[in-house]
Amino acid sequence: MVDSQEMVKKVFTTNSARINTNKGDAYYNSLFEKAKSRLAALRKQPALKDIDLMEVVESEGVNRRDFMKWASATTATLMLPPMFTPLVAQATELMNRVPVVWIELQDCAGNSEAILRSATPTVDDLLFDVLSLEYHHTLQAASGHQAEHQLEDAIHTFKGKYLLFVEGAIPKAMNGQYGTIGPGGETFEDNLKRLSKDAAAVVAVGTCATFGGIPAAAPNPTGAVGVMDIVKGKPIINIPACPANPANMVGVVLHYVLTGQIPELDSLLRPKFAFGYRIHDNCERRAHFDAGEYVEEWGDDGAKNNWCLYKMGCKGPMTFNNCSIIRYNEGANWPIGVGRGCIGCSEPDFWDKYAYERPMADANIKAPTGGVEKTVDEFGLGLLTATSIGIGVHAVASAVAGKRTVHSEDEE
Amino acid sequence: MSKHVVIDPITRIEGHLRIEAVIDDNNVIQEAYSSSTMFRGIEEILKGRDPRDCGLLAMRICGVCTGTHYQRSIEAVEHAFNVTIPKNARLVRNLMQGGLYIHDHIVHFYHLHALDWVDITKALEADPKKTVEEAQKWAKLSGQRPWNASEDNYAAVQERVTKYVKQGRLGIFGNAYWGSKAYKLTPEQNLIGLSHYLDALELQREVAKAQAIFGGKNPHPQSIVVGGVTCVQDIKNPVRVAEFKDIIQKALKFTKQAYLPDVYMAGTMYADEALEGVGGGLGNFMSYGDFNLDDLPFYNSAKLFPSGIVMNKDLSKVYELDQTKITEDVTHAWYEGTTNKHPYDGVTDPKYTGFREKKDGIAYLDTENKYSWIKSPLYDDERMEVGPLARMVVAVAKGDERISKYVTKFLKNGNLPTKVLFSTVGRTAARAIETELMCDVLIEWCDELAANVASGDLSTWTEFDFDKVAKDAQGFGMAEAPRGSLGHWVKIKDGKVINYQAVVPSTWNAAPKDYKGRLGAYEASLVGTKVVNPDEPLEIIRTVHSFDPCIACAVHIVDTKGKELAVYKVDPVGGCRA
Repeated sequence: MVDSQEMVKKVFTTNSARINTNKGDAYYNSLFEKAKSRLAALRKQPALKDIDLMEVVESEGVNRRDFMKWASATTATLMLPPMFTPLVAQATELMNRVPVVWIELQDCAGNSEAILRSATPTVDDLLFDVLSLEYHHTLQAASGHQAEHQLEDAIHTFKGKYLLFVEGAIPKAMNGQYGTIGPGGETFEDNLKRLSKDAAAVVAVGTCATFGGIPAAAPNPTGAVGVMDIVKGKPIINIPACPANPANMVGVVLHYVLTGQIPELDSLLRPKFAFGYRIHDNCERRAHFDAGEYVEEWGDDGAKNNWCLYKMGCKGPMTFNNCSIIRYNEGANWPIGVGRGCIGCSEPDFWDKYAYERPMADANIKAPTGGVEKTVDEFGLGLLTATSIGIGVHAVASAVAGKRTVHSEDEE
Repeated sequence: MSKHVVIDPITRIEGHLRIEAVIDDNNVIQEAYSSSTMFRGIEEILKGRDPRDCGLLAMRICGVCTGTHYQRSIEAVEHAFNVTIPKNARLVRNLMQGGLYIHDHIVHFYHLHALDWVDITKALEADPKKTVEEAQKWAKLSGQRPWNASEDNYAAVQERVTKYVKQGRLGIFGNAYWGSKAYKLTPEQNLIGLSHYLDALELQREVAKAQAIFGGKNPHPQSIVVGGVTCVQDIKNPVRVAEFKDIIQKALKFTKQAYLPDVYMAGTMYADEALEGVGGGLGNFMSYGDFNLDDLPFYNSAKLFPSGIVMNKDLSKVYELDQTKITEDVTHAWYEGTTNKHPYDGVTDPKYTGFREKKDGIAYLDTENKYSWIKSPLYDDERMEVGPLARMVVAVAKGDERISKYVTKFLKNGNLPTKVLFSTVGRTAARAIETELMCDVLIEWCDELAANVASGDLSTWTEFDFDKVAKDAQGFGMAEAPRGSLGHWVKIKDGKVINYQAVVPSTWNAAPKDYKGRLGAYEASLVGTKVVNPDEPLEIIRTVHSFDPCIACAVHIVDTKGKELAVYKVDPVGGCRA
């Protein structure tokens, strides 16, 4: 685990990282002072849970040195300079000062399941010590009226202070009646509006909550939309992906605890610390892309030798996410690791744009030496507006020459 | 005067479920209604897509039985294309699917169900020393040492939770039915349950990791494709296979030393209810069968879990499963008409009629008419229960030696008669029995995979000519999810999906009444149950949870006539692909 954290740190601090993370000493010095006073103020607040985090951490056989290594890797993941490491460690201890309410709407519970797989911190620490999780449909003990009261109590007690995590899309069609919840049969839309009113910020977790995800895939039978289409006048943080990586969920809370503000976001409201890079930028198979070595058919020699999956439909070049670095399930693996290629699950409309096992015929990937020249903002906007992406040639040309048929989007 | 109780949301499940119950003066449930209140329309979304892409999308029907939907969808297309997968692919799929069973059962028992049996507030009164003795008592029943037999451990758990409780806010443990007389464990037993709740959080993380070794991630793995699997490098690396096996071995140890003893403990403390058959329900059991043991096409393959039907708890007779006898009825579901058609031909239009009335802020289902987004599936015009208990019942009735051995051993060790199985307790026990079985077979399959690869077979995919096979085809993928029978049916024309249908465990179990007024499995299991306190309906939650509800899976539509739905006009976003 610590090794993979070192890797994360390396990637995020290396000079070749394409997103401009260095905002200059003046910026960081002022943020540092701000974070210091924020943490001091939080410490003075009555504790929701008073814990000795080191005691908890040590009870799991992790020593102070390892914990600080974790804090330093996390600092890098949050794209902050090393001077913030001790503050990140402190913020972790104070994370439970920020209550979290987690609701589920048009969802499959995939993101709830994902947070159950959290390794850093581990899920039992999250539930008992690190987070103040006030309400969580899939995990909480109470049901029915008792659950409703628990929720009411949390949003009143922590008015203006809690982070509202939302999992799942919101059906707008048929006056929102494709989803109701609670004894009174409140629609998901009303439920979300009511619960977000007094939240400090709303965190949309998973692609359904961020961009509508699967319910919003064509022809969108229920008129499903994401949180940002419903909630107005509140800070919204989108953590897309299907499911979202638990490391990014924890990262967002940590950043909020540390600075009292939401992390810097891209044009799609995604935190840049997690979505500042393309999958392609840090892909373990990138060298094969650069060398023009592609898997041409499932299970072929290219597959046996871990060649690039672009021609099998990998959308890593168009997808912004840190899974090529952080991976899943304690770093056990990730989709490209198992030879399947990226389906672009952290991008809007990916079900209709990306999630198929053929390459994008008009997404001519730029030749490797040219590098990736656009920033995340430009690329994200480009995807939403441009009809074709228009970069380089050789990947698609060789795909067409290969034995598999390449269907263009127009043909479908 | 009878009391009409509304429980919404039912928590510690996947999806959105509402239960309403009418309870008489003696606190006995007279009527029960199961309703799903969320709809997404995934099958409609699948239409017009390339059949090769269905698996990724259909998997998102559920984030819990995620890999099961994935595999069934791919199998349905393979069936349509007449493609049989290579041995490595079959074994890897079995390993991923088996890992899912283990993960799901452990998470279900400890994190979604245990708090219906275990009162954590009572655990704080326990004596850690006596707790060790208690743990030894239950583990001994199957000749095991307890998972954790140290006094220090129990004291530490107690201290951790005491600290947590003293902070004044119980978070996700807040406002439950703590202290209810329906809880029957002693303080020491509660402490064991609580301690294992924490250990299981850790263990499930490991088991999910095992699935990710071959699946890329969990939930929502990504390595299964029409024709095989993609994880060649993980298959050919002996270290990866060994890593998987290690984790399963740890899960087996946990199952023997914690999970099974805890079920003995709960089973014994709640034995009266089990013997009375509380929560027994329909008594009709069905299994689609699961886990292919040879390399024939999956519908012809020998299975670890046999398929079949058992009626009225009669183990002396078992009927062969015939998928053509499956139909769905929508008399009490929010769809047009009362169609009772096979999944290939089902026609359904959403017709939401809402609640009957709202009084004092509480809405009531229109139970005489339509009251759920879940349809009512029928097998040969009969209601069925599916799930681990159904798998055990069908296997035992069929005389399956391997599974019968596990069931018999469990009953003998626990000194329990067979009839305890037909109850809420039995449904929970079946899941534990199955977990031990799955761990054992997975360990064997790891060795089989390693041996096959070592013999030089690296084949992971079967080639097919898409343009030819996808011209005009139909197929189904039918097997078992951890919570019961799960099938996908697909019709393909000119390379595109023209109809898609899933009939899944919670459709069978959580369904409303049918056209003859017969109850669904949840409903049937609740009627006749006595609750201690109607304002704290712990018994209802416990029985419903014993099915491991997974409601998002259960709600779907087959087809809409053009774009016109019953109460509104669909505004397609992004246009239709068909």
